[in-house]
Amino acid sequence: MAVFEGKKHPDLAQTFNADVERVDWHDETLWWVRKKRDRAAYNILDWELLRNTASAIKDDVLSNLHSYLQHFEAKAIKNGITVHWASDAAEHNQIVHSILTESKISLINKSKSMLTEECHLNEFLKKNGVNVIDTDLGERIVQLAEEPPSHIVLPCIHKKKEEIGELFHEHLGTPKGESNPQALAAVARTHLREVFLTRNAVITGVNFAIAETGEFVVCTNEGNADMGAHLADVHIACMGIEKILPKRKHLAVVLRLLARSATGQPITTYSSHFAKPRGGQHMHIVLVDNGRTRQLSRPDFRNSLKCIRCGACMNTCPVYRRSGGHSYHNAIAGPIGSILAPNLDMKEYSDLPFASTLCGSCSNVCPVKIDIHTQLYKWRQVIVKEGYSTKGKSAGMNVMNFTLSSPNVYNMAGKAGRWFLKNVPFAVNNPLNPWSKQRDMPAPPEQSFKEWYKRNRGK
Amino acid sequence: MSSREKILAAILANQPASQPYLDEIKTPETAADVVEEFKIVLGTIGGTCCEVADLNELSVELNKKSSAGERIISTIPEVAIGGNDNWREQDPHLLENVEVAVIRGHFGISENSAVWVTEELLHQRVLPFICQHLAIVLDKKEIVPTMHHAYERIAQAEYGFGTFIAGPSKTADIEQSLVLGAHGPKSLTVYLVG
Amino acid sequence: MKVGLFVPCYVDQFYPNAAKASLELLEKLGVDVHYPLKQTCCGQPMANSGYEHLTKECNELFIDNFSGFDYIVSPSGSCTLHIKEHLHSDKNENSATGIRNIVYELTEFLTDVLKVDKLNSHFPHKVGLHQSCHGQRGLMLSQMTELNAPYFSKPEFLLKMVDGLELVDLDRQDECCGFGGTFCVAEEAVSVKMGQDRVQDHIRNGAEYITAGDMSCLMHMEGVLNRQKSGVKVLHIAEILNAG
Repeated sequence: MAVFEGKKHPDLAQTFNADVERVDWHDETLWWVRKKRDRAAYNILDWELLRNTASAIKDDVLSNLHSYLQHFEAKAIKNGITVHWASDAAEHNQIVHSILTESKISLINKSKSMLTEECHLNEFLKKNGVNVIDTDLGERIVQLAEEPPSHIVLPCIHKKKEEIGELFHEHLGTPKGESNPQALAAVARTHLREVFLTRNAVITGVNFAIAETGEFVVCTNEGNADMGAHLADVHIACMGIEKILPKRKHLAVVLRLLARSATGQPITTYSSHFAKPRGGQHMHIVLVDNGRTRQLSRPDFRNSLKCIRCGACMNTCPVYRRSGGHSYHNAIAGPIGSILAPNLDMKEYSDLPFASTLCGSCSNVCPVKIDIHTQLYKWRQVIVKEGYSTKGKSAGMNVMNFTLSSPNVYNMAGKAGRWFLKNVPFAVNNPLNPWSKQRDMPAPPEQSFKEWYKRNRGK
Repeated sequence: MSSREKILAAILANQPASQPYLDEIKTPETAADVVEEFKIVLGTIGGTCCEVADLNELSVELNKKSSAGERIISTIPEVAIGGNDNWREQDPHLLENVEVAVIRGHFGISENSAVWVTEELLHQRVLPFICQHLAIVLDKKEIVPTMHHAYERIAQAEYGFGTFIAGPSKTADIEQSLVLGAHGPKSLTVYLVG
Repeated sequence: MKVGLFVPCYVDQFYPNAAKASLELLEKLGVDVHYPLKQTCCGQPMANSGYEHLTKECNELFIDNFSGFDYIVSPSGSCTLHIKEHLHSDKNENSATGIRNIVYELTEFLTDVLKVDKLNSHFPHKVGLHQSCHGQRGLMLSQMTELNAPYFSKPEFLLKMVDGLELVDLDRQDECCGFGGTFCVAEEAVSVKMGQDRVQDHIRNGAEYITAGDMSCLMHMEGVLNRQKSGVKVLHIAEILNAG
C-alpha cells in the first residue's frame, strides 16, 4: 500500500510508539475488548467444545470445498442470484465494475468487506469513475482520513475522538472542537442515512455462505449492510471461496463464537440471511480466489483459511496492541494477517511473521483453533529458505551456528560472557546493539556456570 | 479455461483428504428459565423488555403518537394503527420517516436475546432497520435456549430474507464509546406476551 | 534416577546462579544430577529466526550430550519446549525421539515427576510471578487465561511452599514480556514497550522481586528495571525455591 512507502513493521511500529500516550490507550482499549471476550467465553460452559466443533466444521469445508462451492452455486442460482467467479483481485474488481456499468450506476455504498480491502476495490472503482461511500462508521472515518482500516472489526481503533471530530468538522460540517462520540455518531447517522436513500447499488461482504441452501449471512451491529441492501436495486456480495459452510445448522456454531470472540457480545445486533433477491432487485455474488487455492496447497498454512475474521487474535496480541494495525502494511493486520499476507506476496510481507514473540495467545483465542503462532514460526523458515532474509542476518546466523554447534569454540568464546556480550544470540549482527538503547545489558559474572562446575564439581 | 473452472480445478488438486468427523452438534447446557435469561441479556445489549398481558396499552399509545403526526407502522393485527397506508407495495425508500415499527418475531433465543424474523413478517425487508424505534412482539412460549435450538426450529424453512435482531442498532467505532442508533433503530423494545 | 542438567547458553554465560540453584535444588531432593560439559545451546535462537535448517549440528551435539539419562531437566521453559518440538536427527531419530520424551522444565519436573509436596526454603518477600509464554502456553505449566478451563499453575504451586513468600496479584496474569529472542532487537520499540508495561504491572502491585521459569524473560525485564534505576530485582524461580 502506497501509504506505507515501503516501510516494514519494525519502522512503522517505532513511529507508532513515538506517541506513548496513544500506544497506552490503544493497548488498554484492546485489552479491555479482550477481557470482554474472556467474560463471554467463560459464560459458555462448552466454550472449548464449541471451538473444537467449529474447527472440525472448517476442516471439513477445506476438504470438500470443491463440492460445497458447486452446491452453493447451484442453489444460489436457483434462488435467483447471479454467481461470478474471480481468480484474482483484478478480476474481482473488473466484475464489480462491469455489473455497475451495466446498471449505469456510478454512486454506490459499501458495508464492511475485508475482501474488497484486500482487492483494493475502492481505489480501482475511483479510478474508473465510481464513487464509493463506506457505511460502517469506522470505515467511513478512515475513508475520510484517506487511510486503510487498522483493524478488521474496529477499523478506526487507532484514532482518537478529537481527530475524528476534526475530520467531521472538515467533511461533514460539525462545529470545530466537537468530539463527543454521541454527537459525532448522530451526525454520521444523518449523513449515512442520506447515502442509503440516494445510492442505488450496494456492495456487502459475506460472513458465511451455506452450501445446502445457497444463502449467505452478513453480520453487523450498525445495520448498515441491511440499510444498503434493502434499499438498493443492485446488491453485490463479495466473498472469499473459503467462507462456505456445509449446512445451515452450522451457523449456530459459528454465530455463537463470532461476536463473543470479536467484542464479547453474545451475538451481533443483526445476523442477516440473504437467500433470494427482493422483488425487482438484482443480487450478485462474486466468489474470489486471489491466492486462496495457493494457500490451500500449503499443508502447513492451509488452515489459515478457516479464519472467520473475528479479530480476537489482534485484540490479544501484545505486539499488535503496541504497534497498531497500520504497522502490518496489509489489509488484514495482526497475527492472522501475518500468516495470510506472505501467501499473497512473500517478499513484501517477509517482515510480518517476525513481528511476533511467538507467545501463543493468538492460537488460544482463535474460535476455529488456527495454530497461528506455529504458522508464524513455519513462515519464518519458508521466508529464509526462499531467500527473503537479509544477507547480514544470514551471515550472523552462520557465525552463531559456528559458535554454538562446537563446544570448543563455545568454551573459548564464552569465557564468562565475553563472547556473549559481543554476540548475544538476540543481538546478532547488530553493530549498534539495539538492546542497549532502552535497556541495560546484564553484568557479566565472574565465571560461567560451566567454569564454576568444573572447579566445584570437577571432573 | 474460465475462472470458474480454473478455481475449481485448483481446489480439487489442493484440497486435503477429508477427515471423518461427527456431524452432530452436542446440545449444550441450557438456562433453567429461558424467559428470565432472555430479559436479562436483552438489558445488557441495550434493549428493553416489557412483559404484557395483551397489546391494548401499546396499541393505545401508538395510536396516540400516530394522531400526533408520527408515522407508525404495524404489521400485526392486534396493534391496528388508524390511517395506515399501502406501504407494503410502495418503494421501500418511502419508509424513511417511520418513527415506530411494530413487528412480530417467530421466536427468541435466551442466550443472546436475538429474535428471528423473516420477510413474510416484515412485508418490506428494510422496515426493522429504517425505523427510528422498533417494537417486536414475541410469544413468551416461543423462546428457545441457544442458537442450536434456533436452527433446529428454522430447519429447512424457505425464506427470501431472514434475520436475527438482537437489540437496537449500535456502534462503538469512536473510541469504543457505545452509541445506540448507528443507522437503524435507536431503541428496541420486545413485548413478551402470553 | 540419573538426570542430565541442561543449562541454556545465556544462563551459563550470564546467570550461573540460576543454574547453580537448579543443581543444588535437585540434589537436595535426592536426584543424581549430571552436567554434560560439552553442552552449548539448543539451537532455538537460530530456529526462531527462521534458520532451523542450521540447527542440525546443535541437535546432534545435544543428542551426544544427553543420551543415557532417565530425565533431562532444564531451568528454562523456552529451551525445553524447543527441544520437545524441534529436536530431530538424520543419524539417529530414535535417540532424538527418546530425548524429546524425557526432557522436562524444572518446575514441571518437581511437580510431575518428583511430586514435591514440601520445600525447606525461606524467602520473606513480595514476589510477582511472570508466566513465561513458552512454559505456560507451550508446555502448559499453568492454565492460560484465554481458555475456559480450570485454573492451575505448577510454578505457583511450588512458590506457595516457600516460607515467608507473598505472591502479588498482577493486573495481567499472563501477558508476554516482549523478549521473543531476536524479536527484542529486530522489533526494539515494541519489545521495550512490552517490557516496560510488564515490569510496571509488577511494580504497581508491590512486587519486590519478579520471578519466572525463564531467565530470558527476566533478563529482558531486568534490563528495563535497571535502566529505570528501579529497586525491584529479578530472580530465577530455582533461586527462590532453593533459598534459605
